[in-house]
This record gives sequence, C-alpha cells and structure tokens, in this order.
Amino acid sequence: MKAMLNRVVALVIKELLALLRDSRSRFVLLAPPIIQLMVFGYAATFDLNHVPFAIYNEDPSEASRDLVARFEGAPTFQEIARLHSDAEVAPLIDRRQALMVLHIDRRFSRDLLTGTPGRVQIILDGRNSNTALLVMGYASTILADFDTQWAADHGGFNPPATLDIRARYNANLESRWFIIPGIVALLTLVVTLVVIALSVAREREAGTFDQLLVTPLRPIDILLGKSIPGFLIGSFEASVIIAAGVLWFGVPLRGGFAPLYIGMFLFLLSVIGVGLMISSLAVTQQQALLGTFMFLVPAVILSGFATPIANMPPAVQYMTYINPMRYFLIVVRGVFLERASTYSLLPLYWPMLLIGLATLTMAGWLFRRRLY
Amino acid sequence: MNRELIMRLRGLLRKESLQILRDPSSIAIAFVMPVVLLLLFGYGVSLDAKRVPLALVVEQPNRDTANFIAGFFQSPYFVPVRFATIQEADAAMNTRRVEGIVWLRSNFSRQMLSGGNAPIGLIVNGVDANNARIIEGYIQQVWANWIAQFYASQGLRLKTPVQADVRIWFNPAVASTDFIVPGLIAVIMTLTGALLTAMVVAREWERGTMEALLVTPASIHEIILSKLVPYFVLGMGGMILSVMMALWLFAVPLRGSIWVLMASSGAFLLCALGMGLVISTVSKNQFVAGQIAIIVTYLPAFMLSGFIFDLHSMPVVIQWITHVVAARYFVTILQSVFLAGNVWSVTVPNIIALLVMAAIFLGMARLMARKSLE
Repeated sequence: MKAMLNRVVALVIKELLALLRDSRSRFVLLAPPIIQLMVFGYAATFDLNHVPFAIYNEDPSEASRDLVARFEGAPTFQEIARLHSDAEVAPLIDRRQALMVLHIDRRFSRDLLTGTPGRVQIILDGRNSNTALLVMGYASTILADFDTQWAADHGGFNPPATLDIRARYNANLESRWFIIPGIVALLTLVVTLVVIALSVAREREAGTFDQLLVTPLRPIDILLGKSIPGFLIGSFEASVIIAAGVLWFGVPLRGGFAPLYIGMFLFLLSVIGVGLMISSLAVTQQQALLGTFMFLVPAVILSGFATPIANMPPAVQYMTYINPMRYFLIVVRGVFLERASTYSLLPLYWPMLLIGLATLTMAGWLFRRRLY
Repeated sequence: MNRELIMRLRGLLRKESLQILRDPSSIAIAFVMPVVLLLLFGYGVSLDAKRVPLALVVEQPNRDTANFIAGFFQSPYFVPVRFATIQEADAAMNTRRVEGIVWLRSNFSRQMLSGGNAPIGLIVNGVDANNARIIEGYIQQVWANWIAQFYASQGLRLKTPVQADVRIWFNPAVASTDFIVPGLIAVIMTLTGALLTAMVVAREWERGTMEALLVTPASIHEIILSKLVPYFVLGMGGMILSVMMALWLFAVPLRGSIWVLMASSGAFLLCALGMGLVISTVSKNQFVAGQIAIIVTYLPAFMLSGFIFDLHSMPVVIQWITHVVAARYFVTILQSVFLAGNVWSVTVPNIIALLVMAAIFLGMARLMARKSLE
C-alpha cells in the first residue's frame, strides 16, 4: 500500500512538473481562465442597457413629451435620433443603428383627452429575437406606468386587479448572478478535461508512454497519477473563480462550502472519467483535442449554462440526464443563490457519482485493453 | 521562373491535400463537426420558454378567480399545478418543481369588487434572470387578456389610456431559432478554420517537418498559400453544408443574396485561417495551440460576437474588445443577410473589416514564420 502511494505520488509530481514547468503551458493553464472570467463576467449578460432607440413624435403636446421623457430617462434606453418622417424609420432599423423606434401618433394627446386610447407604435429589430422580446417588455412597463399615472391624474382606467411581481433568490434579476456561477462550472470542466484528455496522448506521441509502461507502475497507478493532477488543477482554479465571483463581481455565496465542494468533487470525478476515456482512445494530441471538443461542446450546450433545459425538445431533454455538467450547474447556482443545503442537493449528487463511477470503470477497461 | 513557381505550388498543394485526405481528423473537423454542432445548437439552444411549470394558489376559489386561472390553462406557455396553500407552493419552488407561483389571496374577489386594483401575488424564480423576465412577460399577457375579458363581460370596452401597436420586424414570430442558427454558422466556421490550421501546422512545427519545408526552395509566401488553399476549400465546404442545413432543416429564411453570404464567408474564413496560422506559429506545440485556439477564437466567437449576448449591453471596455473579434463582423452580416436582406450599409463596412483583419493575421503569420527561422 505504501509502495503504491509512493509510486502514485512520484507520478503526480512528474505530471505536475511536466504541466507547470513549461512556461507556455503554465500560462495557458492559469491566465486564460482568469481572463475569461473577467471578459465573460462582464460580457455574458442578458440585462439590457443603452438600447439605441429613435423617437418619431408627430404630436407636440405635453402628454407626448411626458411619455418621451419616460423613455429618455430610463437607463435601459439611449436616444440616438429624432425622426421627422415615416421614410426615416426603415433605414435606421435596417442599418441596426436603432433597435427600436417609438412612433407617437398625430392624434395622441387629442385621443387621450377625449377618452379614446392614444395610439403609439413600437417598431423593433427582430434580428436578435431575445433582445427584441426584452426591449418590448421594458417598453410595455414604461407605457403601463404612463397609463397608471394618466389614470390617476385624469380618472378612467382602473384595472380590477394588478400584478405584484417579485423575483426570489435574485430580486433585481441580474443575469450576472446566473452566469458567474455557471462560469465556475464551465471553466472547471474545460481546464480539467483538457489537462486529463491530452496527458496520455502527449506521452504517446512523444514516445515516453512506453517508458512509463516499463517502470514498476501498474495501470491503476498510471491512471491515478494521471487523474490527480487534473483534479488538483481543476479544484484550484474553481476555487479561484469562486473567490473572484464573490469578491470581484459581488455574487452572493449564500450557502456553505460543504455542499459546494462535495458537488465539485463528484463533478470532477465524472469529468476525469470522461477525460481518461478520451485519453485512452486517442493516439495523437489532435485526436484527443477533437475528442475533448466533441464532449465539451454538447456538454455545455445541453447543460442549461446559457439557455434553459426546459426549452429543449423532450428527446434532447432526456439526453441531458447523462451530462454531469447539468447537475453541477444546479448545485453551484443552488449553493450560491438559493442557500441549498447538502441534504437538499442529494438528488443531484448521486447522478454525478453514478456517471463518475461508470466513466471511470469504462476508462479503466479501455486503458487496460489498450495496454495489452 | 513562372513555371517553376507554379510547379512548386502544385507540389505543395498536392502534399497538403494528401495530408488532409489521409488524416480522418481534419475531415471530421471540417464536415462532421458542423453537422453535430448545428444539430446540437439548433435543437438544444432555445430561448423560447414553453410549458413552464407554474404553481397556482387560490385561497378562496370563486367565479372571478376561476376566470383568471383559466387563462393559464389555455396558454401554451404554462403547465399550471394547483396548490392549496402558499407554503406547499413555496416548498415546490424550493425543490425546483415549479418556476413561479401565482397567488390569489382569500380577499381577492372582495378587493376586486370594492375599488379594484386587487393585488395578484406573483413570485418567480429569479436564478435564471433572463428566463424569469420572459416568464413575467407571458404572465403579463395572461393578465392583460383577462382584464380585456373582464371588461367585455361587463359590456364595457377596455380603454387603457395608451394603446401600443408593437411590430417586430424581420422575425415577427420572434422565433429564437431564426436568430441563433445564422450566428451559429460564424461559431462553427471559427472552429473549423482556426482549430484546423492551428493544430495541423503546430504538429508540423512539433515534428520538425515545418523546418524541413522551410529549407526547400519554396518561399514563405508559397508555403502559407499552400496551407491556406486546401483548408479554405475544406472550410467553405463545411460552410455550404451549414447553410443548407440552416435553410432546409431549420427553415431559416435567406432574404439576402447568396453571393453576399459567400463573399462574406470567404472573407471570414481567411481571418479564421490566418488566426490559426498565427496561433500555430506562436505556440509550435499542439497542446498550447489547441488551448489558445479554443480560448482566443471559439469562446469569443460564442460570447463576444453578438451571437447570443447583445453587444450594446456590454460595458464600453468590452465593446472595444469585441472590435478585434472577427466573428463580431461576420455575425452582424449573417443576421442581416438571413433575416433582413441585402442591407449594403451593414454588409460592406463589415466585409471590409473582415478583409482588413484577414490581411493583418496573414501578414503576422508571414512575419512570424520568418522570424522563427532566425
């Protein structure tokens, strides 16, 4: 037992040295994840602000000016032009200079005062359909506020019931609170997988793998020695990103470390299993990288990282059950935002454990078959 | 002199083409990956919330509440589940069985009849902020329909002070597939272009065959050209495959000209190949080249191109950074060509930007290849 420990420790040290001694590969392992966290932490947002829009106000009146002022004052919108004819609308939208044009009808204030609904037209660029929907939502809210104010001042419209909307866990609906915990899972996956998947292929290509085989190391020692560095690097980087998410981006970490790190351990187990499978199948580094990609891209897309799993067709939703990232994302977000406890996360832990055991067994089998 | 040049080029091109044909992984990157990715993204990525599980808590059911609740059962967006108390609904939300709760308190009817403005409690799970906003929008629609019906049932016409007529151009059905699939072509081509050249050329450096190539009479220009042409053909093949899938499998309309699409794809592919060459020359090592290719080409093409995330909403500094992401220009062209038609004021400046970037990358590749010899 002690001999095995010695052998594995020696191999782990060798692997870590191989990864960290070369300045380029050290740089590649450490710097990009931090840069990515920074760039994506700021870039990956569905929250709109500075939406460029234009106003075409055909009704110079107090009422229409009040409505226009509400749009101008909203941080979501940024006025870029005042239009004076119908012909100006289409080019502005076509060229993507404005995402929205607010057109106030000539009879707007007259209609309002006589009790007929005052007409406004909102034209949106639908090329980004998600943004169009969100802009429409913001515009409707501003119009509804105007309605309420007008009704309060002039009487009339009084709805029988109103919606009192609250968002739980993320009261201001900041998408950063959703994305940053997602990036913790994403980068953990990418870094660990690449380190492990390429480790054996690199030695095969360089011919040093045969040398490794004639040492007293047994296949199980080699597997352990190849997995532990990925595990160490993966959990180290995940911790750095968690710290940066909390300290730099101000995402609340409401739950404890125990549920988070239990989840991370199980997630890394399954990622290592997949990485070793790729590693034992690939002969060249290019094949290993291709294999990594073939796993990585579907794993990210079908995980709920950017778009909800519930929106996918049912057949695709079933496929997500074998994706370890799917479970870890819920764990990370649950611990960060919902103060999830270890007990409540049990239903997410055991699938990851199963996937981990299955992939590790497969990897061990493939590895041994390749050796003999 | 000229004949020699053509002969050398022909020889080099033959060598590169054979190398591609003999290595299945290049073909896989160029043709299998686009298909897999398009299927995955086309079916897997959707921002249209459908069949959202929603908890309904009606503390005192009567005709008014029944009318209101009916809207949720008729809506295609919701799968309503009834709960007797708010505590049970809360528990369901905590275990992620429902995405939101609609709560009509026991005095709902009474408040409604005495003066109106009865509050309807609406709690949504805000963890996925974007989805939460979309769900809020759907619930507001149900509410607005119900109010219109309420007035109609009393023989009144609904008169809100302002009546908005919303028109969404280019994509009136707001189908997110029509918006995601065109942008996806840019992501796929970034991958095939940059990853392909980065890995393949890095392997030549690693094995020392690049040096062997450089000591032949062939000039650096010829070597670069011979690397570009076969991969350009391969990349364009993958592109055409992706466009066909977009049109026929995902039924995305192509309103602009196919030639604009081809020209801009060609310009973009040159950028991607140029980036791949630069990466491979800098790293000379497949592990590093692969990592850098993913980090500086694939992820920015995904996140910083306007493919999913809106560029206007990013902080100014990040917006500057997006200007050096070639995919940004290509995504802009793609979304316009597919959905809006030939908008020259969008297409021309963006194609020029792509050509300029391609020239920079290819120039850098040439400079670096020469430097690395010295």
